[in-house]
Amino acid sequence: MHELLQQIFSGLAAGAVYASVALALVMIYRATDLVNFAQGEMAMFSTYIAWSLVTVGLPFWAAFLITLVASFLGGMAIERIIIRPVENAPVLAAVIVTIGLGLIFNSLAGWFYSYTVQDFPSPFPDRPLFGALMTTQELGVVGVTLVMLTLLFLFFRFTKTGLAMRAAAQNPESARLCGIPVGRMLAIGWGLAAAIGATAGIMVAPVLFLDPYMMSGVLLYAFAGALLGGISSPVGALVGGVIVGVTENLVGTYLIPTQLKLTVALALIILVLVFRPNGLFGTAIVRRV
Amino acid sequence: MTKSFSIVSPDKLAADRYAGLTTESWRWLGTTALIVLVALLPFALSNYHVFELTMVMIYAIAVLGLNILTGYNGQISLGHGGFFAVGAYTTAILMHHYAVPYWATLPPAALICFVLGVLFGLPALRFEGPYLALVTLAMAVATPQVLKYFDNWTGGQQGLNLVKPSPPAALGIDRDRWLYFITLLVLLLAIRVAANLLHGRTGRALVAIRDHPIAAAAMGIDTARYKTLAFGTSTLFTGVAGALSAIVIGFVAPESFTLFLSISFLVGSAIGGIATIGGAIVGGIFIQFVPNLANDISDAAPSALYGVAMLLFMYAMPHGVVGTLGPLLTRSMLRIQARWPALIGK
Amino acid sequence: MAPILELHRLKAFYGQSEVVHGIDVAVEEGGMTVLLGANGAGKTTTLRAICGMVRSEGEIRFAGEQLERRTTEQIAGLGVAHVPEGRGTFMALTVEENLRLGGYTRAGRPDADIQRMYGYFPILAARQHQQAGSLSGGEQQMLAIARALMMGPRLLVLDEPSFGLAPRIVEEIFNIVDRIRREEHVSVLLVEQNASLALELADHAYLLETGYVVTSGSAKALADDPQIRRSYLGY
Repeated sequence: MHELLQQIFSGLAAGAVYASVALALVMIYRATDLVNFAQGEMAMFSTYIAWSLVTVGLPFWAAFLITLVASFLGGMAIERIIIRPVENAPVLAAVIVTIGLGLIFNSLAGWFYSYTVQDFPSPFPDRPLFGALMTTQELGVVGVTLVMLTLLFLFFRFTKTGLAMRAAAQNPESARLCGIPVGRMLAIGWGLAAAIGATAGIMVAPVLFLDPYMMSGVLLYAFAGALLGGISSPVGALVGGVIVGVTENLVGTYLIPTQLKLTVALALIILVLVFRPNGLFGTAIVRRV
Repeated sequence: MTKSFSIVSPDKLAADRYAGLTTESWRWLGTTALIVLVALLPFALSNYHVFELTMVMIYAIAVLGLNILTGYNGQISLGHGGFFAVGAYTTAILMHHYAVPYWATLPPAALICFVLGVLFGLPALRFEGPYLALVTLAMAVATPQVLKYFDNWTGGQQGLNLVKPSPPAALGIDRDRWLYFITLLVLLLAIRVAANLLHGRTGRALVAIRDHPIAAAAMGIDTARYKTLAFGTSTLFTGVAGALSAIVIGFVAPESFTLFLSISFLVGSAIGGIATIGGAIVGGIFIQFVPNLANDISDAAPSALYGVAMLLFMYAMPHGVVGTLGPLLTRSMLRIQARWPALIGK
Repeated sequence: MAPILELHRLKAFYGQSEVVHGIDVAVEEGGMTVLLGANGAGKTTTLRAICGMVRSEGEIRFAGEQLERRTTEQIAGLGVAHVPEGRGTFMALTVEENLRLGGYTRAGRPDADIQRMYGYFPILAARQHQQAGSLSGGEQQMLAIARALMMGPRLLVLDEPSFGLAPRIVEEIFNIVDRIRREEHVSVLLVEQNASLALELADHAYLLETGYVVTSGSAKALADDPQIRRSYLGY
């Protein structure tokens, strides 16, 4: 029983990371109808930036904040420069662009930082808590994620820009008629998504160890989690991400060898989707003829 | 029914004769010239280049399969690498464990992939857009893992080595060229089948389903049947391509059939032009040559160059090479027609 | 009074096809001008052209500014508030949030403006925290107009506000719009299929047919002309 609870908490920590990346995916999907397949690689690259800052001697949280700001600006730049040209093109073209972008980040990371696996420092001492039910590391990850989510919620709910972004994502034409610069809102959205991804990457790096392929598994699970929750629902992204995290952990520990873990986890998620094809919180797209 | 494989859109031109010859004559002339060129090519190139061209054709067949699904039916698949693997391993297992001659493995590979595709297509009916992408993604991700798991059949991590076929002595050509011609034959057959399929009733039904599923259903088109068949046909093509790849390379291993392969097919499809047949060939060329080219140019970050190539192609030609150049060509010909009606007219 | 909006030889395109073929329209400052015509006459396309939402050629002059090559957001910022066909309400947001968005371009807090909107449309106050999508058609139309007014515009552009609404509601809305025009000193450009009511309230009218202006003049003159009434307005 004790071990079960341990695994569940461990899964929650992993789930927090998946939930964050899933949220980033959903944010961009709601605004642009596009799944950003480069989200994982962008997060990985951000994590490398944090790593280099820490390696040069900066204290962890300073490096963290600088990386967040840099990622935000980078995300905005990517939307303006890389994504803008295909915004009005067929969706598939934009998908290919994000795939290419992911490849570029992956390759550049390998080039700048080499493919050797690196240790990444954690700000949380790795001590067991609550009678070895969880570690401070895991609690820290969940804590940071919760703080980030709260800030995001407050931003979207109570600020003028947050409201404008929600409007721009829902109905860009009406937003324009209100004088809202929809293009800039999109850029901010990408910036926020990049910052969220960076947070997720930095949180998970101490556990997964840092290499250019660190986030590929995370992206897959986050994508699955976002769909499980409903690709257009932010709440769904969070719930889906956590469920995937816990499920992955339990399946891997109790059911099958690590090799088939991903396959089984995906199979289970698809099984759920068969009964709820739009995800748990997704709304069926009512089509008017 | 005429094989309508044309990059220019004759219906827009409303012309019967182009510089004296009819559309039909031009098509016949063009196709024959192309086939002759392609047939002579292997004799002018080194063995390795012939092998590369054979791989281009194999990828073209695979991408053609994907085009049927994505371009004509609007269903995204991130899993065609998995079906490619099924075709390859069907051939490999039949050849390795049962000593089936290489050419005889193609029909079973085709059949198995067709059935698998239909079975996949049934639940896939429930899913749309990114959800379908996830389901097919699962296929791509599961494939190498499943292949490694059933290692007494598949040879596990090590894979299976196959004996490369010998050309019939009577023809007097070597193995690489023999494989080239076999693949060429299959490619031509595939193009023929696809063209007939897609430019006829089935094709129109598929496009109707893609663009206005509700209207299509209201018109009496059995959406489920067509979508499932589209899936099965698509995987059949890609599976046959996989089978050919096993024969040509002479080796299969799980590492060759990762998610990256599925993504490559999608990239090739988009770059060529998803709802075109010619685009599949462009896609095949892209998949085979661009990564290698990137490797040659840069030791340090070849994938970055590959990624940049993808970006540039999509910026310049968002509908793919054939998808963008085709209408461009038609427009040019319309202008020529306006200027010199004697050249293109009734 | 000088016109606040002038369209001079305006051509507008729906995709590749030209659907408005060089029209001249003027809206007097503080007045109400209505564009009448059957479906497909080009009325909505004209409005969309003014707001930079479709490709156009020709001149669009608003309060001394040229609008031709500006983006929709810029035009909105200059003081043109467009209530589009179908209202364009943000369905998933609350009534109050919709109103706040209307005030996006204005500095300072929108609360006073919002209260003023509730003054014109009391029903919105009752529903201020409800999702806009749950409102009735008439209420959504009121919300759309209120949202446009939050911009503090000089020109209010309304595209078929009566669409899909019961006659009593339409009359109520039109009366409020007329009251707003006088109290807020806003000029109004109206597109309507419901000709009789529009002609009662408007100062000037233009009759469009397949992209051309076939008649124009004071609203009263068009309303009184029996031939026009019979041929084009159906009564």
